Amino acid sequence: MTESKTKYDRQLRIWGEQGQAALEKASICLLNCGPTGSEALKNLVLGGVGSITVIDGSKVEEGDLGNNFMVDDSSVGQSKAKSVCAFLQELNDAVKAKFVEESPEALIETNPSFFSQFTLVIATQLVEASVLKLDRICRQTNVMLICARSYGLTGMVRISVKEHTVIESKPDHFLDDLRLNNPWPELKRFAESIDLNSTDPVVHKHTPYVVILVKMAEEWANSHGGRLPSTREEKREFKDLLKGKMIGLDEDNYKEAIEASFKVSASRGISSGLCQILNDSSAEVDSVSSDFWVMVAALKEFIANEGGGEAPLEGSIPDMTSLTEYYINLQKIYQAKAEADFLAVEQRVRNILKRIGREPYSIPKTTIKSFCRNARKLTVCRYRPIEEELNSPVLSELQKYLTDEDYSAAVGFYILLRAVDRFAANYNRFPGLHVGEMDEDISRLKTIAVGLLGDLGCNGSALTEDLINEMCRFGVAELHAVAAFIGGVASQEVIKLITKQFVPMSGTFIFNGIDHKSQLLAL
Amino acid sequence: MTNTGKWRDLDKLLSRPGNLVNPGFEPSPELKDDLGEYTKVLVVGAGGLGCELLKDLALSGFTNLHVIDMDTIEVTNLNRQFLFRLQDVGKPKAEVAAKRVMERVSGVNIVPHFCRIEDKDLDFYREFNIIALGLDSIEARSYINSVACSFLEYDSDDKPSEETIKPMVDGGTEGFKGHARVILPGVTPCFECTIWLFPPQVKFPLCTLAETPRTAAHCIEYAHLIKWDEVHSGKAFDADDPEHMQWIYSEVRNWHSSVNMILIVLLFILLTLAILSQALKRAELFGIPGVTYSLTQGVVKNIIPAIASTNAIISAACALEALKIVTACSRIMSNYLTYNGLEGLHTKMTEFVRDKDCLVCGPGILLELETSITLQKFMELVGEHPKLLLSKPSVTYQGKTLYMQAPPVLEEMTRSNLKLPLFDLMDKMSKDVIHVTGMTNKDDKKTSCLRKLRIVFKGVDGITDVDMASGA
Ligand SMILES: [Zn+2]
Repeated sequence: MTESKTKYDRQLRIWGEQGQAALEKASICLLNCGPTGSEALKNLVLGGVGSITVIDGSKVEEGDLGNNFMVDDSSVGQSKAKSVCAFLQELNDAVKAKFVEESPEALIETNPSFFSQFTLVIATQLVEASVLKLDRICRQTNVMLICARSYGLTGMVRISVKEHTVIESKPDHFLDDLRLNNPWPELKRFAESIDLNSTDPVVHKHTPYVVILVKMAEEWANSHGGRLPSTREEKREFKDLLKGKMIGLDEDNYKEAIEASFKVSASRGISSGLCQILNDSSAEVDSVSSDFWVMVAALKEFIANEGGGEAPLEGSIPDMTSLTEYYINLQKIYQAKAEADFLAVEQRVRNILKRIGREPYSIPKTTIKSFCRNARKLTVCRYRPIEEELNSPVLSELQKYLTDEDYSAAVGFYILLRAVDRFAANYNRFPGLHVGEMDEDISRLKTIAVGLLGDLGCNGSALTEDLINEMCRFGVAELHAVAAFIGGVASQEVIKLITKQFVPMSGTFIFNGIDHKSQLLAL
Repeated sequence: MTNTGKWRDLDKLLSRPGNLVNPGFEPSPELKDDLGEYTKVLVVGAGGLGCELLKDLALSGFTNLHVIDMDTIEVTNLNRQFLFRLQDVGKPKAEVAAKRVMERVSGVNIVPHFCRIEDKDLDFYREFNIIALGLDSIEARSYINSVACSFLEYDSDDKPSEETIKPMVDGGTEGFKGHARVILPGVTPCFECTIWLFPPQVKFPLCTLAETPRTAAHCIEYAHLIKWDEVHSGKAFDADDPEHMQWIYSEVRNWHSSVNMILIVLLFILLTLAILSQALKRAELFGIPGVTYSLTQGVVKNIIPAIASTNAIISAACALEALKIVTACSRIMSNYLTYNGLEGLHTKMTEFVRDKDCLVCGPGILLELETSITLQKFMELVGEHPKLLLSKPSVTYQGKTLYMQAPPVLEEMTRSNLKLPLFDLMDKMSKDVIHVTGMTNKDDKKTSCLRKLRIVFKGVDGITDVDMASGA
């Protein structure tokens, strides 16, 4: 127990024990264990996922030794799934590792119910037809799906999940929740208890900027008909006002106040992103609604009532120059308000649960607390079925990048990755497999790609000859470095989906290994 | 005809012509063999990135690899450094990593070096065609960068001469974020040209720690300072500071070597616990919540969170660029890739530009000297020069050691050079490049660095003679 805590220390610092517990409960299925799939799974096994099942019907060939670290000379001729699985098990004995020696295509065709036992399926190196079938199966049984593919110097990763909701999105930069322009009575009272004109220099230079700004914002509002600084000129004036309060050049608290003065002008109320979530039809809950949406419904009520238009207070404050005593008091005031807001939301959650016929205490307190703390950062990701994307991708997105100097290659690769599948369906092999047929393959692939673009309603001229040549040159090679990149991206998205922390990517990621101008396409 | 051999996939890229390749690409089935035979790669660091780099390079056709790392394996490495197992804890990373990759990829030879990067001389680094950096410290990056740039020579038109360019690929990660870059000294910005990308860590002001602590981190940092001060008068303990580590090692020097590693680990735990205990007392005194063992550890060891996936992504990008640099089989990235998987997925390529006045990758600082100046005097000059300020310098010329500070044997051997004129030691060349390594103060921290100096002796060159004559 302590050993695994030590072993996972560097990642526990990122996703915490809850995230780790979610990983350890997850069961992952990998389809095809070439380097792309094996590398993806390797990263997850190291991180300690609960169980893995490797599905591959092929035997290890000589050629696999040059791109897959999970097989070695002694595995040639043996089941690839078995060899890869054995190596992965070596990496972490806490993971339950299994393999099935069967072709993924056949399994999708003959035994669709097989996939319902997993949390998530990673499908690698599958052609379009199989991906479409698998996507339908996974959506029916609510199994998350990630498709990953390496192809020469290009590749792609795409998530397919009906809906993924995130409470702990943990964004890097997010405006803190200080309510400087909208203080509640306790904060106001605390600010009033401190005299900004104190003659004690120690107190003066250790008055926290939160107090300075609350008081100065009020002063400004009183002399400006209740408005806060909004124009550039007013904001500058407000800063000058703050500067005027300084009695020494070394007063860091005033420097912090000037730097944070923009927070006074921040708009009140909730963001448009949160508003969208509140107005989502899923927020009208019933007995089959998820915990997340039940809490959103409670949040919506809270904002309309106790919140007075604001989300529950986050309750934490950044470090700032201050006397210890002031800081601790301030911390307590913010915490108390956050606690009161949480209790109000909790009450509403319990009532809603009762109303929809669920056990009122079926959502734990800690979950509601975390929900309140992160209310401003809630994220909902929805992914179109892959079939929909393939039939009608967002045209404007394709057009936008097709004509972009830097990213036309990424869109070009998107088209060509689809075109090679059509090629394979027509000719029973991928283009550029044999050097002797290269010229013929190039012109065939071009015809197919132009036809595909036409089907999608795009102008075909944007696809360059060079890129089509390149695609044939790749000859369906799975290069280790590209596979490790694509597999790495796939595994990172898996972690975000399973831990329900951070925000998974939103579209189709196209890797451009030529100049690394890769692009996430919102299709 | 289809190639079914081991390099079935790589051969396609290397033997087939393309239009989106680097200038000079000569596709041929032999390119793969050349890659193995004539290319020597050094991987610096055998940690999260280093393990991945070794695997990626070995499976990208490189067969002649070296790896250098001074660390031994810890339990906390096992969540991402996939070449290590629990039973390897305590063993040198470089050695275990090299062995594991050689076991699995036949035909690859990896030479491990279990030592500090500063322990190797310039001749060691000179041998490599390309250097791959998998490091987590700015100081180490800066050092290797200065070494690689020191080989760079400029021709009379101030153009870098191609055969002296020592390319580097460099990766770095923190949590879900990372970067991969290509450095072609003299052509693309070197590490020092864009040093502003790595701002020094903000330290807490001492008066905050002493008088107005507010957070758990303040309490821990304070205890950290006090505790270290008790055992070792000076600054806060820093695991990256060689002097501090030296103290730890000296504490256990008299013990048998096999228990040394265990002792060092234990000493760290004891030190951490001692700091934690003081930090807790202080937190109680001020009513500050949140002091934990884990947080204390983070402060003492300056822990950067790290996960397998980001290391894999960044290393793969570096290895791919290494393959392109050597074979020209595709365009080389230009020149700095950032990856951020925190909120969705963002990758960005930025083309940074060289700092024309860079001391490291430029032609070198020009020093005009009298022919009479002794090596001793020259070293003093280097210590006082405002752009250098190098203390404890060691000097090499054309791979020949003129003076060496340590080890004592070498110091003694080279001591007699101190009173000889530098002009004589440089074979009476009127001008040439000389290399000086030493310590410099950066952000209050002593770091090793290497500088390339262009020396011109007054009065030796014909033209200068005339000038001198007319002036006299
Ligand atoms: Zn430079």
